[in-house]
Amino acid sequence: MDGEVELRVDGRTRRLRVDNRTTLLDALRDGLGVTSPKKGCDHGQCGACTVLLDGRRAVTCLSFAVVHDGAEVVTAAGLGDGERLHPVQEAFLDRDAFQCGFCTPGQVCSAVGVLDEVAAGHPSAVTADLTGPAELSPEEVRERMSGNLCRCGAYVRIVEAVRDGAR
Amino acid sequence: MTDLLRPRAMGRSPRRVEGPAKVTGTAPYASDQPVHDPVHAWLVQAEVARGVVTSVDTGRALAEEGVLTVLTPDNAPRLASTEDAELAALQSHDVDFRGQVLAVVVARTPETARHAASLVRVVVEQRPHDVRLSGDRADLYAPEQVNGGFETDTAEGDLAAGLAQAAHVVDRTYTTAWYNNNPLEPHATTAVWSDENLLLYDSTQGVHTTREAVAETFGLSPERVHVISPHVGGGFGAKGTAHVHAILAAMAARALPDVPVKLALTRQQMYSLVGYRTPTIQRVRLGGSADGRLTALAVDAIGQTSRFKEFAEQTAVPARTMYAAPHRRTTHRLAALDVPVPAWMRAPGECPGMFGPEVAMDELAIACGLDPVEFRVRNEPEVEPESGKPFSSRNLVACLREGARRFGWSHRDPTPGARQESGWRVGTGVAASTYPVNRSPGSEANIRFTAPGRYRVEIGAADIGTGTWTSLAQIAADALGVDHGDVELRIGDTRLPKASVAGGSSGITSWGSTVVAAARAFREKFGDRPDDGDETCVAMPESSASDDYAMHAFGAQFAEVRVHVDTGEVRVPRLLGVFAVGRVVNPRLARSQLVGGMTMGLSMALHEHSLLDERFGHVVNHDLAEYHIATNSDVPDVEAHWIEEHDPHTNPMGTKGIGEIGIVGTAAAIVNAAHHATGIRVRDLPLTLDHFVR
Ligand code: FES
Ligand code: FES
Repeated sequence: MDGEVELRVDGRTRRLRVDNRTTLLDALRDGLGVTSPKKGCDHGQCGACTVLLDGRRAVTCLSFAVVHDGAEVVTAAGLGDGERLHPVQEAFLDRDAFQCGFCTPGQVCSAVGVLDEVAAGHPSAVTADLTGPAELSPEEVRERMSGNLCRCGAYVRIVEAVRDGAR
Repeated sequence: MTDLLRPRAMGRSPRRVEGPAKVTGTAPYASDQPVHDPVHAWLVQAEVARGVVTSVDTGRALAEEGVLTVLTPDNAPRLASTEDAELAALQSHDVDFRGQVLAVVVARTPETARHAASLVRVVVEQRPHDVRLSGDRADLYAPEQVNGGFETDTAEGDLAAGLAQAAHVVDRTYTTAWYNNNPLEPHATTAVWSDENLLLYDSTQGVHTTREAVAETFGLSPERVHVISPHVGGGFGAKGTAHVHAILAAMAARALPDVPVKLALTRQQMYSLVGYRTPTIQRVRLGGSADGRLTALAVDAIGQTSRFKEFAEQTAVPARTMYAAPHRRTTHRLAALDVPVPAWMRAPGECPGMFGPEVAMDELAIACGLDPVEFRVRNEPEVEPESGKPFSSRNLVACLREGARRFGWSHRDPTPGARQESGWRVGTGVAASTYPVNRSPGSEANIRFTAPGRYRVEIGAADIGTGTWTSLAQIAADALGVDHGDVELRIGDTRLPKASVAGGSSGITSWGSTVVAAARAFREKFGDRPDDGDETCVAMPESSASDDYAMHAFGAQFAEVRVHVDTGEVRVPRLLGVFAVGRVVNPRLARSQLVGGMTMGLSMALHEHSLLDERFGHVVNHDLAEYHIATNSDVPDVEAHWIEEHDPHTNPMGTKGIGEIGIVGTAAAIVNAAHHATGIRVRDLPLTLDHFVR
């Protein structure tokens, strides 16, 4: 069975027919040719498919496209301002916070999501004071970024880049 | 001795040239390559470890709307060569391991292909299987040689006498687990077959090696096979040789001429189809004199191979290089099992093979009452112990000393279990690292001058996250005497000159030497003011350095480990490595490689373990939720440093290769630190908490 959805992807409105079994990730990649989010596991286990979905970070392999009619999707390709990269992306380049780059679009989207969450004061599992403002300590960044696996082992640089990107 | 290139671009740290494409996700990996109206393939795999396919019913699958074809052992075309049994897709009705591909369904959408695959009925007459590796099997055998072409066994002196003379003996068995490479990008191939020409968008560590394997399997001349792979989402050895999915994609494409066929493996399928690191059982015997010198050294290593194709991990080989001892031996034995074929995983040989011996060195140091850094220094060989060759350069001692200084080793109280901080036992440990300088034959490079002032350097090399796009261009710039920005490097395509595989940390040595030779030939021919379109193509020059010298990189890794008093939870708050790896071409990128290797070593030490269900012959924890790799919060602090090392023998750049050494020795350093923290000696990886809860 098919369904029709309208998505706003990286600022462009797109309509497409999808099989009801099609994940949001496959709809983006196969249906719309938006290949910035990657498929590392297809099971919500690696974070490579992370985008900002209606402003919050989300893995796109775990839900069906048909349920996202009208959603706003921002991928790593749409984070920058025209030709200018997002500060988090610049920080990833400076810190060399990646190697193969396959986890990177997901890391970058996740990082932007983390910065927003911290700015909004959302606590994490390692936040000691649940009433005060959230901090961007290395420990907080590590905890909050742990849903994004990096097999190349760029974690220590990712933490630096996320903190740089906040400045 | 080679003429060392004067570094101008080398030694600087430009950012990755493909970086902007990677941080935006626009760098095209294999399955991102745009193709027109593709169809999708899905695999049907064996659910038993051994048997014979007696029938395949594809009726229901073919009846699904959108299904184009189903290939099975009954109808698959015969391949020209089945010499590589791993690539002999659908050529026989025998089932050799659980997970073997028994059919491939091609349909218009991936959803349809996947559903139709579940409708294919394969009847397999099951046979008894045997997948259990153990050191006491009666059928262990000696392979003819081990991976890398090394001798299976070596011996020198009289081991029994050497052990008898010793004041202290360590005789222990150490084990490493079954590991899956798990590059973050699953293997994927898109194949288009038109007019006897085959185009493959593949994820490979070597476009030319993939081309050769595929061409040979199908009986095509290599020029008819075009492989494109500009960006690779990690490989760690798993993409170093062609695997069966590439053949299946090509086979499906041949059945559907001119239609692009996409085949992407699932994470789960990677646990049976793309190689893995064999589990190892290592008996290590070390004898030490009262003053802490090795009198005897033996490593007897056991691993597994599949029954249908042999792979022999060279686990005992690093012991031939590391320490001096008059009496010594190394052996390798294999169990041939009904399992998928093991293959390369980051530092095959060295990674598992430096676990047992480096833990044993810690045990013997303690027995001799010596500091483990000092103990290693005391056993430095003057020449490579087994070959007798001088080292082109060997700076293990400098790495140990510099590492000890940076880590703050001198304040260490050697007593195990002496330090406790708020509920955690704290300890520190050290181990050595090593990796050979490998040079692979068969590369060529083309250099063309394109006005105004640009040099196009072409070589079919690979960047699997290693930084080739950037660092090979830096080398070319120095070889040509121009700025890094004036070099336009092209890699990752078989239309470019031949290049060896990105494996064995040999990439920069092999491709760099080739590019330098091409640059020198270009300048000789055209001088400093070439005309537009001047070009020259040159093959990698021969080198006899390895006849005269033992060439290896070395390193020392230091770990701090915390073990929770009540729960046994193990954390590694700090890892520090110092390496001697020759010249470092791009420090920014090199640090990532070394830290990445150490991080993978930490992951191996604490988490990684593919669990085999012996009843069914498969890895049960076959995904990233259950096969744990280190996450961000597991890795708080990893530092990599290097010492200045000038080695005129390895190649014109003076490099040694940095992709693999970082994972070598890490697990031993962590295990040694855990012993220092708790007094409990773990000899079987991974270092899970049950080892410490008593
Ligand atoms: S692909 Fe979605 S989490 Fe891995
Ligand atoms: S950069 Fe390769 S997986 Fe993260």
